[in-house]
Formats: sequence, structure tokens, C-alpha cells
Amino acid sequence: MRYIPNTEADCRQMLDAIGVGSVDDLFDDIPATVRLKRPLRIPPALSEADLCRHLRALAARNADVDRYSSFLGAGCYNHFSPAIIGHLISRGEFLTAYTPYQPEISQGTLQAMYEYQTLICQLTGMEVSNASMYEGASATAEAILMAHRLTGRDEVVLARNVHPEYRQVTRTYAQQINLAFREAGYTPGGTVDLKQAKALLNNRVACLVVQNPNFFGVIEDLAELAEAAHAVGALLVVAVAEPISLGLLKPPGECGADIVAGEGQGLGVSMSFGGPFLGFFATREKYVRQMPGRLVGGTEDRDGRIGYVLTLATREQHIRREKATSNICTSEALVALIATIYMEALGKNGMREVALQNLTKAAYAKERLAKVKGCGIRFSGSTFNEFVLQVKRKPPDVLRGLLRKGIIGGLDLSRFYPELSDCLLVCVTEQNSREEIDALVQAMGGGR
Amino acid sequence: MSEHTVGTRGLVFNEPLIFAQGSPGRVGYSLPISDVPEKKAERLIPKKLLRDDIPGFPEVSEVDVVRHFTRMSQWNYGIDLGMYPLGSCTMKYNPRMNEEAARLAGFARAHPYQPEELSQGALQLLWELERDLAEICGMNRVCLQPSAGAHGELTGIMLIRAYLASKGNPRKKILIPDSAHGTNPASSAVCGYQVVPVKSGPRGVVEPRAVAEVVDEDVAAIMVTNPNTLGLFEDHIVEIARIVHEKGGQVYCDGANLNAFVGVARPGDMGVDIIQLNVHKTFSTPHGGGGPGAGPVALKRHLVPFMPVPTVEKKGDRFTLNYNLPNSIGKVRSFYGSFGVLVRAYAYIRSLGSAGLRRAAEVSVINANYILSQLKGIYHLPYDRFCKHECVFSDAVQLQDNVKTLDIAKRLMDYGFHPPTIYFPLIVQGALMIEPTETESKETLDQFVAAMKAIAREAREQGDLVRSAPHSPRIGRMDETKAARQPNLRWRPRSPGS
Repeated sequence: MRYIPNTEADCRQMLDAIGVGSVDDLFDDIPATVRLKRPLRIPPALSEADLCRHLRALAARNADVDRYSSFLGAGCYNHFSPAIIGHLISRGEFLTAYTPYQPEISQGTLQAMYEYQTLICQLTGMEVSNASMYEGASATAEAILMAHRLTGRDEVVLARNVHPEYRQVTRTYAQQINLAFREAGYTPGGTVDLKQAKALLNNRVACLVVQNPNFFGVIEDLAELAEAAHAVGALLVVAVAEPISLGLLKPPGECGADIVAGEGQGLGVSMSFGGPFLGFFATREKYVRQMPGRLVGGTEDRDGRIGYVLTLATREQHIRREKATSNICTSEALVALIATIYMEALGKNGMREVALQNLTKAAYAKERLAKVKGCGIRFSGSTFNEFVLQVKRKPPDVLRGLLRKGIIGGLDLSRFYPELSDCLLVCVTEQNSREEIDALVQAMGGGR
Repeated sequence: MSEHTVGTRGLVFNEPLIFAQGSPGRVGYSLPISDVPEKKAERLIPKKLLRDDIPGFPEVSEVDVVRHFTRMSQWNYGIDLGMYPLGSCTMKYNPRMNEEAARLAGFARAHPYQPEELSQGALQLLWELERDLAEICGMNRVCLQPSAGAHGELTGIMLIRAYLASKGNPRKKILIPDSAHGTNPASSAVCGYQVVPVKSGPRGVVEPRAVAEVVDEDVAAIMVTNPNTLGLFEDHIVEIARIVHEKGGQVYCDGANLNAFVGVARPGDMGVDIIQLNVHKTFSTPHGGGGPGAGPVALKRHLVPFMPVPTVEKKGDRFTLNYNLPNSIGKVRSFYGSFGVLVRAYAYIRSLGSAGLRRAAEVSVINANYILSQLKGIYHLPYDRFCKHECVFSDAVQLQDNVKTLDIAKRLMDYGFHPPTIYFPLIVQGALMIEPTETESKETLDQFVAAMKAIAREAREQGDLVRSAPHSPRIGRMDETKAARQPNLRWRPRSPGS
């Protein structure tokens, strides 16, 4: 076995030194009645070459965005990822390190995390960011739990145009401690129905949870939502599923958001059939001690050399146990490193440019599709890189037709919104060429 | 110390924060020229919803970025550099083949919502991984959704709660041995449970009597880490399970330490109802400096109706996602889990097969006991018994010379090793928890033992040298009090004019 260096002879020597006759003697403490007396019934071991062939065959049975033109988004985005990312994160010093508990020999991970926290703060307009959470939906759930701790209130107003999977995850978390959920609907523009939200907001509500851009791709006016939440002493939690939008959109922190939680996958992380992803989590400085997750802080050694450490650990499970702010331990450090490299390589101008390309390409597709017979744009609000397309024919039929032309046309919304069963959620990123968009329009029945 | 020293000095670079680098207009990216009509953002989005600038974001070239991260990487220790005996973390070698597998376009560039008929390879992999993990654990089904071990624990407690609620009462308390990881009580608390500690007995394991004394009809479950954090097998597990089941409670096994007995015995055969697996430990997926991991949860039949959706099912030779579980707890994250991590775990299991997995467990236990046998007498061994995958010493001997666990840990760095887990489990004062894993050779273990012996000698003869360690890394011991008292959690751009 190439991963196990010790040979039979090595083991023999070691067993002699230990003072036992055989390895079985070391397993004496496992009751004989429960020891497994047969091999595990799993497939036989494969050589590296055979395994490689097997995995390639499995992978080949999946569609990928190299072979199809895809207009799927909905919380997982096909963005370009610079080649340097794969190379840098493959360095064993990053890849094969543990959580940086020993700062003297973990400064690489720690400084990268400090830069990540800074970048997330700058991107979201917030004051503090943690070092990562699992992914967007559970990060949003943690934001709700934090709002509950901060306010001592037990109700949550959640917008219906928040990603349906985020809504499902937040409910799963919150029902454990019996938080009550109220749902605010959406307007014909596709944005949160402010009047409805206001009617649901009262002094029992811990937070109002919205997404921007929302699940329909429509851009919310966060400032008026923040005002409505704050008027009753509730917090505004903003979920961001598409971080590339923040290259152009006013940061939630400038609009009055109290907690920004979201999905960092868009920042150079591969789609990987839905994970591993990157939860990000940022808030106001005054709330930092109620924050979940790891935090990295700057300090110095006894000779005054600057360095970084994990800090404010008294919030965390390994110190505080059942009184911790969260049970989170291992999160997504390497994925946060991907996002850090991505944001630094793109920088100030690249972040803006990639966002603008998403906006203009999606606008082009939206404009052209709107003119196709039997198609319409469902919501009138401004959108970023996704929009809801209403279609005359049944969405599954439309999607099947597109697939025959090598196009994955978007998401059938009937799955999540019965009231939108004649709608598709279409996403266009910088990865979709004009040619691809034109082919989509043509396949939908439009002209060239 | 030279003869025992694996580490030595090399050319290590200083590297300032990226925010101190670059110059306006410098770029590190290359986007295609947009081929659609150019439009200003203001024409498409109301100006009040737009930003002008992302203050503080760097402007650097690709070369700058590559050097920045390469230099920083050199300040890190990793398994690729040497032995990483961090107890309970199972820092074993991370096969590179598995990295390649996860990066195949059909896996890395597949969208979770793409049609099922175009996702058959991914679904087959998930289905087979579930089948194999269920067999390894002796369980009926496995939920692959959780993103890490603690997330798996949380999912497990949610499942227990849903099951008990369906019987009429979710109950109030969870029993947790005093040697448990902090995540166990924290996960219980997130689900609203009150934690009742159970004291370990004189042999370092939980005694059935101690459980019987605290179990009642308010107890939802007991969480047992097996082998426990002393590296000892909880040999009364069958009896403990019987006692808890008798009162209608569930038995949760924290599977963080499963590496010690894969293929030797199965939790499901011991009365365990549910267990989470840390694939970034037992199944060798890289830890990445703190994730990504995955924490699949294996469970018995009675808990299946409550599993998170979707499950992966096989119908004929077709694989499908099943969302139709009316009693499901819901979802604990978006989509299906850390798929890319699960690909690596799958590749690992397929590389080793049954004999290989068992051999890995056996050698991990031989390696740990070898270290135990070599350091016994030099370091204090609070529980003098054969261990499983890790052994726990303390600083009781060295304290006589005023050298403590932290000093020993820091001094190990100078010898080229990552320190063990320290000051945990809490039931051993000044604990040094050493887990070598099966992927270290006897020669490496001998070097480690020699370093530990040398440090013990230094503690007696040159205490200051140990107390002021480490001396080799780029920086020395950090002022953690300052970090906590005056939190500096981010760089701040200079405000205009300052």
C-alpha cells in the first residue's frame, strides 16, 4: 500500500518494542462479540491507473460547462477562475496544513485569512468578517441565530424571494429552538413587498432577512428595508448569493445591513456539483463577540515582529463548549484562500470589470429574449446577471428542446414557486459569449 | 540538537500585506473583451443602488500575486513537510491522485441543478460512497450533506430530535462524557438541549454505572467519542448503549476517531444509532488550513425517514435525487454537500479496499503504541494502557523543572515537527495528545521520539532554551493577550487626507 510506509518487518519490530505478539493484541479492548469477522463488503482496491480510468469514466457521464453552454445560476455561478489559483492552493503548505492553532508555523494561512477578512469587509462595507463559514445557506442560518441572541427575540421575517434552499436551511436550523418564521412576499417588480414586510415587523422580530440580488436576480433597495427593520428594533440580515454583484452594487454595509452572510463560490471557486463552497459572514464591530466562526487578528511576538493569531476564541466551542456562539469548527479555509487569491488578482478594477460584463451580457440576453414571441420578462425590477423569463410553452419542454441543441437553458421555477410554474430563471455570466446567447435566443424561437 | 533535527533554516522571505503593494492601474487578470454592446451600469441600475469604488482593493500584477502567496506558504507547516501528530485530527498523507480526481471537468465544472440525466456520474459516485460508508459503519444509510464534523454532529442531533419528537417527546438532555470535544456540547446546545456531563472512570473510559446514574426519560441521547480523546476504546459501549436504549434514548457516536478501527469493528454492531464521519480525517481529504471537510452522517433504519433531502436513489441503472421524504428535517446546507471533498474520499476508499482500510487502522494503532512505548517513563502517562490511534502524555515530570506542555510543543517546532494537540482532553492536566497516523514510517517516528527525548533532557538541563522556544520559525511566540484585548481583525484603508 503506497500510502502506508511501514512494512510487515517494520511492524514486527515495533510490535516487539511495544511488547505484544501480534497487532490483534492491541485490539483486545474491542469486545470480541462486536469485532468484524469478515472483510468489509466494498469493491476491491484499484491501482492508481485503474482508479484514474474509473473516475474519468464517471466524470464523463456528467455534463460540464466546457461541453454545454449553460445558463444555470441560482446560487452557483460559472465564473472564470485564473490558472494561478489552482496552482497556489495546491502548494502542500496550504493544502496539507491544519487549522492554524500554532501561529509560529502557520503564518501563511493566518496572514491570508487576515487579508480575506479585510477583503470581505471592503467588499460588503461591513466592519468585521470572520475567517469563513460552510456555505451561504448555513451562514444565513447562523446570522439568524446571532440576531436572535443579540435581540432576545423569537420571530424572523424572511422574504419569499430569498433562495429557496437558504430558506429551507434557515428553517431547519431555527426550528430546533422554535423560532417562528413569517414570510414577506414580493412585488410585481420582483423585490421584497415592503408594505407586507412592515406589516410583519414588530417588537417580537429579531431580524428581517433579504437577499441581494434576490433569487430572481432583482436588485433590492436595501436602505428602505434596513429602515423598516430598524424602526422596530430588528436587525437587517442581507444574504448575498452572487458576490460578483458587489463589484458594482452599493455594499450592504452602506445601506444599513447589520449582518451580511452569503456565498463566496462566485469568487473563483469551481461549481463542483454544489460544493465545497464558502460561507462568508460580516457584521458590525459592536456585535463581534456574538459572531460565530474563527477570527484572525494581528499582534506581535516578543521581539515586536508583526504576525497573526486566531483570536477572540472565547466565543468558540473548544473553549466555551455549550455556551459557544456556534458549534462550527472546521470550516472552509482553503476555499477562502481561493476567494482571497481571486479578489487580489482581479483587484479594484477587475472586480468592477467582471461585474460589469455580467451585467451587460445578461442585459443583452434579457433584451433579446424579451422580444422573442411567447417569451416575457416576469419582473420589472433592475437585475444583475439573472432574470426570470416567462415562457408560453411548458418550461420542461422548453428546457428539453434547448438541451437537444447543447444548451442548459436555466432553472424551471415550478420546483420552488408554484405561482411561477411558467417561468425559467436564466443566468448569464462573463463566461457566456455573445454567440452562445444568440444561439439561446434562436433556439427559443427568436431571430439571429 | 542537530542529529535529531529534521527542520533547518532556509531562505525565508518577508512579505507585507497585499494592501501595502501594487500601484494604480496594475492588473493581475485577463478578461475577454466584452462582445455585447457596451453599456454604463447607470443605464441598467438606478444610481443610488450602485457603488463607485471598492476602497482598499489591491492593484497588483499576476507575478505579485504568485510571489505573495508562495512566500506566505513557506511560513506554514504541512503534512507534505513532515509529521503532524495533532491528536484527534488524523493528519495523514493526502493522496494527490484524489486532488486530480476532484478537478476533472465532469466533477469540478458540473452545476448542481443540471438535469439528472446529465449528472449520472456524480450521482453514481454519491450513491456508491453512501453504500460503502454504510458498510464501513454497519449502518443502513448515510446522509452526505454536512460540510464538516461539527455540522454532521448538528445534523445527527437534529435527526435524533425529530425521531424522538415523532414518538411524542423530543426530550431535554444529552449526556456527554467529560473527555468529549467541545463541538459535542456546542452542537447539542444549538439544538436546544441541555448538556449533562458524564465523568470518565479511573481507566479513562465511561463506566456503565456512571451512565446509569444520570440517564432518565428526559435524556434524548448520549454522545460517545470512540475511541475517546484519550485514545482509548470505550470498551463498555455495548452495555452503555443498552442502558440508554432502555430509557428510550439514542446513542450518538462521534466518529472523529474512526480511523482507529475501520474494518476491525463497526459502530453499528455496537448499538450505535448514528455516527458522523470526518472524511478530512479518516478518509484522507486535505484539511486545507481549516477546511473544506465533509461530515457524512451514518444512521440506522429508524432514523431514515427524517434524513435531510435530497437522498440519492438507484432505480434500475439510473440514479435520481429524491426530495420526497415528508418527515425530513429539511436541509442543513444548500445543494448536496461538499461534493468535491466526497470525490476525494471516494477515491481514497477505492484505492485501499477492505484490506487496505483495515491495514491503515492497524498501522495507525501500532504507530501510536510504538510512540507510547518509547516515551513512557520520560513523559508522564496518565492512563498506562495500550491505546488506539493516539496516546496522551502530560507535562507532570517536566513541570518539576518548570517546563510546561506549551514549551514542549513550541520546542518541537525547532526539531522540525508540528506539535501534538495540547491541553486537550481537559481531563488530563497539561495534556500532550499524539496521533502519528499510519502514513508515518518507523524512521520518522524514531526521529520524533528522539526529539521528544532530547526536549525532556533540555527541560532538565537547559530549561530556558525550551521556555523561550521556538527559535527556528520566522517569528516567535505571539502576544495572544494583546490580540484579544485590542482586536485588530482587518487592515484599514487610509481615509482620504490622512
